[in-house]
Amino acid sequence: MSASSTNGEGVGARVPRKEDARHLHGRGQFVGDLAMPGMQDVAFLRSPVAHASIVSRSKPAGSDGAIFFHDDLTGTLPIITRSSIPGYKVSDYPVLARERVRFVGEPVAMCVAANRAAAEDLTETIDVQYDELPAIVSSDAGRAAGATLLHPQWGDNLFLETSFDSGLDQAVADAPVKVELDISTARQTMHPLEGKGVVAHWDHRAGQLVVHTSTQVPHLIRAGLAECLGLPQALVRIIAPDVGGGFGYKCLLQPEEVVVAWLALTYKTPFRWIEDRREHLVAGANARQHQYRIKAYADRQGRLLGMDAEVAVDVGAYSVWPFTACLEAAQAGGNLPGPYHLTAYRVKTYSVATNKPPFAPYRGVARPGVCFAMEQVIDAIAKAVGREAWEVRAENLVPGSAMPYTNITNKHYDSGDYPAALLSAKEMIGLDAFRAGARRDARGRYLGIGFASYTEQSAHGTKVFAAWGLPFVPGYDQAFVKLTPDGALEVRSGIHTIGQGLETTLAQVACEVTGVPLSTIKVTLGDTATTPFSTGAYASRGIVMAGGAVARAGEVVAERIKAIAAHLLQVTPDAVTFRDGRIYAGNASLSYADVGRAWYFRPEQLPDNVDRAGLEATEGYKPEVDSGLFSYASHAVRVAVDPDTGLVEILDYVIVEDCGRMVNPMIVEGQTYGGAAQGVGTALFEESPYDANGQPLASTLIDYLLPGPVELPKFRIAHRETLSPYTKFGIKGVGEGGAIAPPAAIINAINDALAPLNAEVRDAPASPKRVLAAIEAARSRADALAGADA
Amino acid sequence: MKPAAFDYVRARSVSEATDLLAKKEGDAKILAGGQSLTPMLNLRLARSSLLIDIKRAEGLRSLEADGSIVAIGAGWTHAEIEDGAVEDPTRGLMRHVARGIAYRAVRNRGTIGGSLAHADPAADWVSTMAVLGATLVCEGTGGKRRRVAADGFLQGAFLTQLAADEVLVAIEVPRLSAQARWGYYKVCRKAGEFAHALGAVIHDPAKNICRIVVGATDGPPKLLPRTAAALAADRMAEALDGLDREIVAVLPEHEPAAQRLHATAVRRAIAAMSTTMDH
Repeated sequence: MSASSTNGEGVGARVPRKEDARHLHGRGQFVGDLAMPGMQDVAFLRSPVAHASIVSRSKPAGSDGAIFFHDDLTGTLPIITRSSIPGYKVSDYPVLARERVRFVGEPVAMCVAANRAAAEDLTETIDVQYDELPAIVSSDAGRAAGATLLHPQWGDNLFLETSFDSGLDQAVADAPVKVELDISTARQTMHPLEGKGVVAHWDHRAGQLVVHTSTQVPHLIRAGLAECLGLPQALVRIIAPDVGGGFGYKCLLQPEEVVVAWLALTYKTPFRWIEDRREHLVAGANARQHQYRIKAYADRQGRLLGMDAEVAVDVGAYSVWPFTACLEAAQAGGNLPGPYHLTAYRVKTYSVATNKPPFAPYRGVARPGVCFAMEQVIDAIAKAVGREAWEVRAENLVPGSAMPYTNITNKHYDSGDYPAALLSAKEMIGLDAFRAGARRDARGRYLGIGFASYTEQSAHGTKVFAAWGLPFVPGYDQAFVKLTPDGALEVRSGIHTIGQGLETTLAQVACEVTGVPLSTIKVTLGDTATTPFSTGAYASRGIVMAGGAVARAGEVVAERIKAIAAHLLQVTPDAVTFRDGRIYAGNASLSYADVGRAWYFRPEQLPDNVDRAGLEATEGYKPEVDSGLFSYASHAVRVAVDPDTGLVEILDYVIVEDCGRMVNPMIVEGQTYGGAAQGVGTALFEESPYDANGQPLASTLIDYLLPGPVELPKFRIAHRETLSPYTKFGIKGVGEGGAIAPPAAIINAINDALAPLNAEVRDAPASPKRVLAAIEAARSRADALAGADA
Repeated sequence: MKPAAFDYVRARSVSEATDLLAKKEGDAKILAGGQSLTPMLNLRLARSSLLIDIKRAEGLRSLEADGSIVAIGAGWTHAEIEDGAVEDPTRGLMRHVARGIAYRAVRNRGTIGGSLAHADPAADWVSTMAVLGATLVCEGTGGKRRRVAADGFLQGAFLTQLAADEVLVAIEVPRLSAQARWGYYKVCRKAGEFAHALGAVIHDPAKNICRIVVGATDGPPKLLPRTAAALAADRMAEALDGLDREIVAVLPEHEPAAQRLHATAVRRAIAAMSTTMDH
């Protein structure tokens, strides 16, 4: 449809976001803003030890109804995440600890009072005796022979072990170049601005348990919660109000959510739990901790011949619902080859149970780790063959001429030109001029440039999820579109907006297909009572899936609008067009309100053959190929590394990305900025260390460093727009991409900078401590060599 | 993350505050800007049955100057010092330091006296007042005042010479002469973060003062007299040569990497001197 049909507000328009006004004026409505008469606050007594049997627990006399242990929660079931994937071991995740605690922060008792402070006071009146067990605090320790078992019935500490082997023998035998790397990424927590929050009450009129919860997936939470409470789903309504960021954490059904809902179901009064930042840091939203051992084989030009990898993910104590503890490692194994043409590949993955909070997929799901590892491999090969890393990278990338391309792990790359994005990034960062200049700046800092390329599998659907064997498999996303009597448009989808601007982009899609002006399109999301089913907002799927469904439903309504308008204008429907927010046939025109009024209030004006379904439609959508659409990008970054403090400053950062058709380029850029900022956090700052007893060492934001505005560069973004052949409008997802490449690009830049010192950092974050240790290690090696020579 | 219950009194005077401190025998805390204490109360790492708010107590926003010192009331905020609302007798050092403390929102409420009394070894004023040779005025019950050298005020991390009934009421900052030079450098991973290492140096030949402090240690800031003496004698190379050894000597408990980092902070503070002539 032409731009004039949508007044420049449809697909592709850089329009301001509809949701911003209320947020900028502080009028957003988050779970924490809700108030209800008689609402009580909930606080949790959490385990102070990482691994122990509970010997005894007692509460003061008279505190029944205010303090709850596991056995008080009549009728609740543990969170059990099943998977049909062979070899997967199920963990019972009790909603309050039963006979054992398995991580510091695990909820042991629930306390209820008139306010949060009083509820926290109650937690101090409880006596729990623990008999401590050895804590497993790393994936290596979890896999070691004789390790203490978290779930003794398993016989080991592995949720899942997977392997893939294409056969490596020839690649290994022929390879003149071999690099071997040990790489790791630290454990992180996700830190949406708004933490998790739940307000639950019983609606006597509707006869429903109503749970306001900060979630990305309201329809899934309805199913999961109903199961844990043993309720029919019709008795449960989930409302996700404004959600201040999700990043994957808010896809999970949490124990706190179940037990607060149980309180409302049991006592029929409102209850609230608002996660505080310390709970978030200690007990929630754990992510990212990967460990890689990689051998890569290449020819003398640096062409990859084969790769042999082992990936271990420290997934904590329990499987999260619905993603399980194994999604991350499985994805890491499958995605490690990344955007490269690879013909021989072997990988083993281990999802290792440890005495840490359960692990959740975080923006990018495994790919930040995968990219961090793979891109270091490429740079190491380049170094081994004495060439520029970008050149070796470009020659190994799947070329545009090969698209669509199915890679060695059966990922189907739908479209794009990966090397072209890399070359643009190389030009934008000014590599040639940089190489001609000084290696150190006036302050003595070492300078370097690093690159990273990746693919972002977005909106992966039925085929992919069915193979993972998760408790749910996404199929068709549904949307509802309705023209109102006054000519406005209502759009409803069961997906949710969590900061990614879907109230705007779904309206743009509806505008594109119906011609109704953006200002009169109302998008409603996130309430199971008022929206059709969607599995929700995750996996960079929102605009592809919900956007596609809105387009389908909008097209149906548009045809019916045209049929009525044609009758009113005395023309045939094919003569009717949408333009400038009105409906035209030649020079004659109608408003949308004219058509709406005719259907709803002036039926005598309607044609005899009018469609009785009226001016509303619910339609489902999934892409023609549902294995995912592959967005991609290359990042390039220039850094300065201070050899005395270990501090890294980002001097310039460029991103060349391609997410197919952009519905709103400004929103694509916003998503990219936000993701890249989180990527800088992974690269340089964020880390949740644990001591040998499993005690978390970063329990406030003093110890857990998040990058702030001062630490972030001005990201320079360039777009490519290669349409996907499989989706409505050629859209691909883009929500996660920004977060994937920064750790890899930055570590490569640091190692480029430190090359004159022969120092290499392999682990994220590249904290001052790690950078200084790498420099120190290089010095010791040099000294040892000098000593040997002498 | 909500505090345990406490009583709250807004003291109208220092004597009211000290009387309450004496009466509660250690189970009361002074609340000034609240930028360090309230988070600790929220985390229940600090508890107190009584908070005595001195933000509005008379006399704590005094400002008295003569030819040799400026006595700054303990209740002035970092932001007021940053903005020049408080006379800076240190040729710009205090304004420079104030500007680098945490974030503006913290500086708007946090006070110089509160920061010193809280005694976080990484806090800027702790090292700054030590290198300036400032004097802290402490007042106990009955209006009894005593004056304590800033260098030595800290007895350890979060531990000061303040007696249980005493309030820090003013800081006497000596005037630097027009020829004085200073350097200040702190190593932080991000803006607003407490320092991991800190160096401060003052050289005022007209007053025969050359002092160097290494701060953000595990305890009180440490003077580096040998390095300072070499610097005062204009033997820069010797000063820098001996610095690493002196750091190891004054911070023997620190890991070698931490010692190197502290030496870097001091070295950079010394280097910054030449460029901080005019503020």
